Amino acid sequence: MDPNSPMSPGQPAGSFTGMGRGPGLFSSYSGARATTISTISTIAVLAALAAVFLLAPGARSVEHAFFNPTDMWQSFIGNPKKGYYSVGAAIWLNIRMFLVAEVLILVLALLVALIRQSVGPALFPIRILATGYVDFFRGVPLILVIFAFGLGVPALSLPVISSQPDVVYGVAALVLSYSAYVSEVYRAGLNSVHQSQVSAARSLGLSQGTALRYVVLPQAVRNIIPPLLNDFISLQKDTALVGTLGVIEANKAADIYSETVFNFSSFTVAAILFLILTIPLARFTDRLIERDRRRRLAGATR
Amino acid sequence: MNEQRSSGAGDAGPAGSEAIRIEDLHKSFGPNEVLRGISMSVASHEVICLIGASGSGKSTLLRCINLLEPIEYGRIRLLGQDITAPRVDPNLVRRQIGIVFQSFNLFPHMTVLRNVTLAPTKVLKTPAAQAAEEAKALLHRFGLIDKVHDYPDRLSGGQQQRVAIVRALAMQPQIMLLDEVTSALDPELVAEVLEVIAELAAGGMTMLIATHEMGFARDIAHRICFLEEGTIIEEAPPAELFTSPKDERTRRFLRRIVEAKRL
Repeated sequence: MDPNSPMSPGQPAGSFTGMGRGPGLFSSYSGARATTISTISTIAVLAALAAVFLLAPGARSVEHAFFNPTDMWQSFIGNPKKGYYSVGAAIWLNIRMFLVAEVLILVLALLVALIRQSVGPALFPIRILATGYVDFFRGVPLILVIFAFGLGVPALSLPVISSQPDVVYGVAALVLSYSAYVSEVYRAGLNSVHQSQVSAARSLGLSQGTALRYVVLPQAVRNIIPPLLNDFISLQKDTALVGTLGVIEANKAADIYSETVFNFSSFTVAAILFLILTIPLARFTDRLIERDRRRRLAGATR
Repeated sequence: MNEQRSSGAGDAGPAGSEAIRIEDLHKSFGPNEVLRGISMSVASHEVICLIGASGSGKSTLLRCINLLEPIEYGRIRLLGQDITAPRVDPNLVRRQIGIVFQSFNLFPHMTVLRNVTLAPTKVLKTPAAQAAEEAKALLHRFGLIDKVHDYPDRLSGGQQQRVAIVRALAMQPQIMLLDEVTSALDPELVAEVLEVIAELAAGGMTMLIATHEMGFARDIAHRICFLEEGTIIEEAPPAELFTSPKDERTRRFLRRIVEAKRL
């Protein structure tokens, strides 16, 4: 092991002088010292991983099959004459599927959450339906939902509904499956707003709908932005499952390349493209969580 | 049922017409009967303080008048209209009644100004500019004009409660219900809120005030109602109730208050 590693026994465990820096409960290192230690440990970890990869008996063949620069480039730009598509172009379809699905999910999930939160005997049947919907679509694997829609709905031979492109069925499946999850997130958010806020709003003469729109929902949504974004990071990746219907999205394009050229580097390209999509959203989520934490701390001192 | 019904409940108050009349009001939470036949009336421009131990039903009574709690039995009239009748739109009733809560309940995601203008613009459909104008006038009157654009968590408890009072006043209610509005405040912040209430009383606002501040109740109220276990035990002008209470239960309560140096 690297003797400079912070885990080595010769190293003192760090001074407890730098309280308050960093977001964690566990940060007790002073600034400059923390930077040095984290740099060293990062290099050590990366070096260890690289060593495992490079020294493995099959390293050469893996490098050729997954990380071949020529194949990576070829699959990225695509070549229809040779029978494969551009993974770089196909990722746009993932982005479009994600954007359309996200908007529909936000609306449908809110609707389901509001129905499940509703009171009053008249809405009982709809409430049962909504509960059944959430139970069903949270329980069935997404890929089966996609198959059921992509293969089942066209087989019904209904006018209009059964003659849509496959990508529509894929997005519909994503929307129904994710809305079930996201409706539960909304529900948690709605429950996090104290009943006294509703009392205050209603006492001013606001109707139930107006109180919901201006008082409850804004507070609920603010509380659930981090888990909501977390679900959307997951949704960005899961658009790849729509490829199972034959839709040429990034993963499917990579699949076709590998079957045509017998090289898996196209999957590496797809993986990198998905990372480029998801990492900014993940960092954005982190920033929101941190901002929220700071706001809470500021509120607590008053 | 209500063996004890004090004198004066049926008479109109000193200042003429009747703002609120409550007849034999019963309210339970599950098996727990919180209000056991309350009857009283509040005249226009009258200030009535409800006193009594925690759990005696003061808050529940106020919440029932504002239709925030459904009642089991009895009747509440607001300016002659039976507001407990079926098919009464509670939103229309609440426009005429302002209520202020112990815990302020300001909307934390809105500035002070928006807290005050929300109901006028959404319920009364007052144009935004006019609502802001009126809100600022009220905030100015109660010394909050420099807080207009602050969020509630930037304000002290006393300031928050004053904003909550202004928020209720912005709907130009006929009557104000105040539910232990100083109980959640640090002692040094109580005075500024009581001053606001005193000013409202001086302006002729009809008010029903649940309070633990006996000195304040004595100074401001036209009548005091002492509640115990969901009934009005005794009802009298403050000079009478505090100096020569008729009922043994009232005497016991006041004795405890004096011992706790709250009077």
